[in-house]
Amino acid sequence: MKNYDAIVIGAGHNGLTNAAFLAKAGLDVLVLEKNDYIGGATVSRELQEGWKYSNCSYVCSLFRPEIYQALDLGQHGLEVVPLQGGVTFKQDGDYYGNYHQHAVRRREIMRHSKRDADAAIRFDADLMKWCRLIRGFLLRTPPDPASFKWRDGMEFASLLKAFYDLSESQIYEFIRFFTMSIAEYLEEYFESEVIKAHFSGGSIIGTGLGVYSPGTAYVLLHHAMGDVDGNVGSWGFARGGMGSVSKAIASSFKSFGGEVRGGAEVKEIKVKGNKATGVILSSGEEINAKVVVSNLDAKRTFLGIMNPNDIPDDVVTRAKNFKIRGSSGKLNIALDGMPEFPALGKGSPLTLGHMHFSDTLERLERAYDDWKDGRWSADPYVDIVIPTQFDPTMAPVGKHMMSVFVQYCPVEVEGGWTEEKRQAFGQTVIDQIAQYSPNFKDLLVHAEVRTPKEIEAEVGLTEGNIFQGELTLDQLMFNRPFPGYAQYRGPVKGMYMCGSSNHPGGGVMGAPGANAAREILMDLKRPNTTPEDFGDD
Amino acid sequence: MTRKNVIIIGGGHNGLVCAAYLAKAGYDVNVLEARDTCGGGVAKYEFADGYHVTGLAQVVHPLNPKIAKELGIKSTGKAIDTISLGSDGRHLTLSVDAVSGKGLSAKDILAYKNFKKEFRKYAKALEPLTMNTPPRLKDMDNKDKFTLAKIGWSLRFGLGTSSMREFLRVGGINIYDVLNEIFDDPRLKGAISADAVLGHNMGARTPTTVLTYLNRLRGETYGPQTLPTSDGGDQFVAAAEKAGVKIETDVRIAKIIVDNGTAQGVELASGEIRTADIVISNADAKTTFLDLVGTQDLDAMFSQRISTTRTNGNVAKLHFALSKLPDFKGLAENEVGQRLLVANDMRYVEHAFNHSKYGEYSEKPILEITFPSLSDPSLAPAGHHVMSVSASFAPYHLKASWDKNRSAFSHNVLSIIEHYAPGISASVVAEDMLTPVDIEREFNVTGGHWHHGEMMIDQMFMMRPIHGAAQYNTPIDGLYLCGAAAHPGGGITGIPGHNAAQRILKMEGGK
Repeated sequence: MKNYDAIVIGAGHNGLTNAAFLAKAGLDVLVLEKNDYIGGATVSRELQEGWKYSNCSYVCSLFRPEIYQALDLGQHGLEVVPLQGGVTFKQDGDYYGNYHQHAVRRREIMRHSKRDADAAIRFDADLMKWCRLIRGFLLRTPPDPASFKWRDGMEFASLLKAFYDLSESQIYEFIRFFTMSIAEYLEEYFESEVIKAHFSGGSIIGTGLGVYSPGTAYVLLHHAMGDVDGNVGSWGFARGGMGSVSKAIASSFKSFGGEVRGGAEVKEIKVKGNKATGVILSSGEEINAKVVVSNLDAKRTFLGIMNPNDIPDDVVTRAKNFKIRGSSGKLNIALDGMPEFPALGKGSPLTLGHMHFSDTLERLERAYDDWKDGRWSADPYVDIVIPTQFDPTMAPVGKHMMSVFVQYCPVEVEGGWTEEKRQAFGQTVIDQIAQYSPNFKDLLVHAEVRTPKEIEAEVGLTEGNIFQGELTLDQLMFNRPFPGYAQYRGPVKGMYMCGSSNHPGGGVMGAPGANAAREILMDLKRPNTTPEDFGDD
Repeated sequence: MTRKNVIIIGGGHNGLVCAAYLAKAGYDVNVLEARDTCGGGVAKYEFADGYHVTGLAQVVHPLNPKIAKELGIKSTGKAIDTISLGSDGRHLTLSVDAVSGKGLSAKDILAYKNFKKEFRKYAKALEPLTMNTPPRLKDMDNKDKFTLAKIGWSLRFGLGTSSMREFLRVGGINIYDVLNEIFDDPRLKGAISADAVLGHNMGARTPTTVLTYLNRLRGETYGPQTLPTSDGGDQFVAAAEKAGVKIETDVRIAKIIVDNGTAQGVELASGEIRTADIVISNADAKTTFLDLVGTQDLDAMFSQRISTTRTNGNVAKLHFALSKLPDFKGLAENEVGQRLLVANDMRYVEHAFNHSKYGEYSEKPILEITFPSLSDPSLAPAGHHVMSVSASFAPYHLKASWDKNRSAFSHNVLSIIEHYAPGISASVVAEDMLTPVDIEREFNVTGGHWHHGEMMIDQMFMMRPIHGAAQYNTPIDGLYLCGAAAHPGGGITGIPGHNAAQRILKMEGGK
């Protein structure tokens, strides 16, 4: 029987990224995927004939450009088109348009508040400052604060130095930013309610927190620190849907001699004498390897495919307590034509970007209150994009595909999810959209309604959490996934973790996969193939 | 020492502590208090003819032993337990290290003991930060470096590897998730989470509630909670006067006189001018900078940041005069004298908080109930009693306005208590309620906030009240802060006053 150098469990974008860097270093790598298609939550699927849905993740920005270059993803067919525009509709028929051109955007903000137009300049500059600071840490392994090792010490020193390079007041402002709620943070800048609501959306996406919960300002940063072609803060569409991202990585991986097997669900990681030796598939087949890497989330890894007798008790406890509550739903909608939004007028460039209907912080917070009590939001926050305005490959000519991300939707509702409740949830969202787009319902061809349950069942993200674990201070940096296990190494030798449950978290970044590859290659004493030159400038 | 003539604005307990330390060091200290009594939150308060409560604070912890010893202030209050009332009559009794009650599992009883022990350890580990001027993070002086080193040492070696790891994990998050990891009993979780949110604009699920809970546990590291005694405020006054401080009451300050960036003294409401070398404000930051100094003497960004600090109170204090001691279902008389809590579970706590986010008062507020007259009968006429209740949440900005909703809210509170103590409503002789708006007016605290400002991380430590004024000195030369608006915040601790005095002695020179 063939003995691989490394097995990666799960062909999500991080698993594939990890595998590609290992293969690039000359290792013999096998990726095992339970579904018969690859990509995990980075997929394009044709669920209605003629339409391709990015049915999980739907926009791209956080993917590290260093990885894009190192794996030559452009050559392997990945093309990201920056999106523009964006709008928050108001209940009174007005709207805030997030125009792309600076002067136009400024005029638009002034329409709502003169003061806020100046505040927006300060806000953009401040946010950019934190983005640039944090970007330097994404492709690094977090230092362990309890360690006395040379490398951890140096890593801490470089972290501290990055902060020390800031001015004193910037250091405090950064700490404040990291710990504040987005609502309170924005209230220090802006007075217009719709502008506050528009800017706060990114801080709750995928998160079990409300706009008034401390820590949400950081989540906003998590959504703002990406870039498209070096343009920090921009978002883009992957041409052909998000599946193109995982396809390109897989293609790069295969070009280094790697092998992907679909329909191969792993039942257990084999451990012998405190060392991982391979995996057992659900079919009973055993495959041996020197290194086993799990792209699954921390809960599924330690409670699902590892024998509790093989790992320390505290890891089992930590995995049980790992916070991974799902809070988001998704509708993927095939449309017979472009829906009209009368508030905007025909041909408005604003429909090219993210569209929202939550125009006050109170509405956003009340949406959260529903989720806390185990209900989907009666008045949810939605993030709508219509990628077919850019990308003709995703729908038949003249038709459109709409991706509706919905915050909040609980993983469990009272009495459990039923088909009826799932449809009712979808109807809540459709009704909300129809309030602002009268012809929307007439254009509906097909709608896929996904609650966290569907996301979990299909992708394998526990509780449907899109980040493979919540982004709160107890689960960031050296605490992600657990204190003492934040350097991608598992509790047994030869076992590693490369999913978004690890630093720096989710969002189709590829960073956990690359970081894990660096640690593995270091342990195997192989040359490092992951990007060493990173960060801006 | 060249500058030694000091005026302290406000005779709250922190102002008095600061005054006492400075007077002991040879300064000439005058405390000016706008109200007719000193002691602020611990001043005895008559809410109806012949009925008193011991102050705004209804449960206190002993002072830090260093401050208590140096100023000769003794904690004479009676140590009490917390009894969390169960809506079905199954009450829980929580003391420092033990919890008991019907239906409680052995696992939870043991977990409580370990939890309190571990979390008190964290609270203790933060002591070097609490008892010192928060260090600057850049351009540090030797004292700053020393403080930082002490904190680092205390976390790394005081706690040890596994406790430090755990502290770094939970320190910044919410009490809700932590309690769910540790306990099963919803009543127990409700009671503990209530302690974490009292006085704050936070629900059980709000991140930073672990930190606010540790803040409360810090008091417990000095000794168990007590009912304040009616001489609580007088003890601080006596300590200050003994040190040689001159105290004047009924003196309202109109403004702090600033010339060329230096504090020159104060102008009283009467128009009288009092000059001083050093002016120390025990008032909150907004009152100090925006009302008393005025924005013309401050950097525009500085005033902007002061004005955006969050200082709105969210707790109402209710006082009831009772013709007899009420009969609580399932409680013996000596148990009624403990601290009674209504916070059935964490959902109750969170729901109480939900309303306040939208400018509504809680339909079912969290209640903390004490009977001060049980330990000090002189507070009420013979045979009668006073009941003191703090009710959360009651936001400063009530959308429907407090003027129209006062009685509705107090009725709401009383009807909840009625459920636990049937018949109590009939024995109410008089009642009084202090909403945050009233607290603002009566006690001269902007927003009526217990802590002179929200205790969230962005308003704590080296960012309290804002960075640039977090080391007790301010951008105005000769003007200092010594109240709860400064590090480490509110509670009857005297620590801001103590730390401010140390800082002033360091900057201005001692004897």
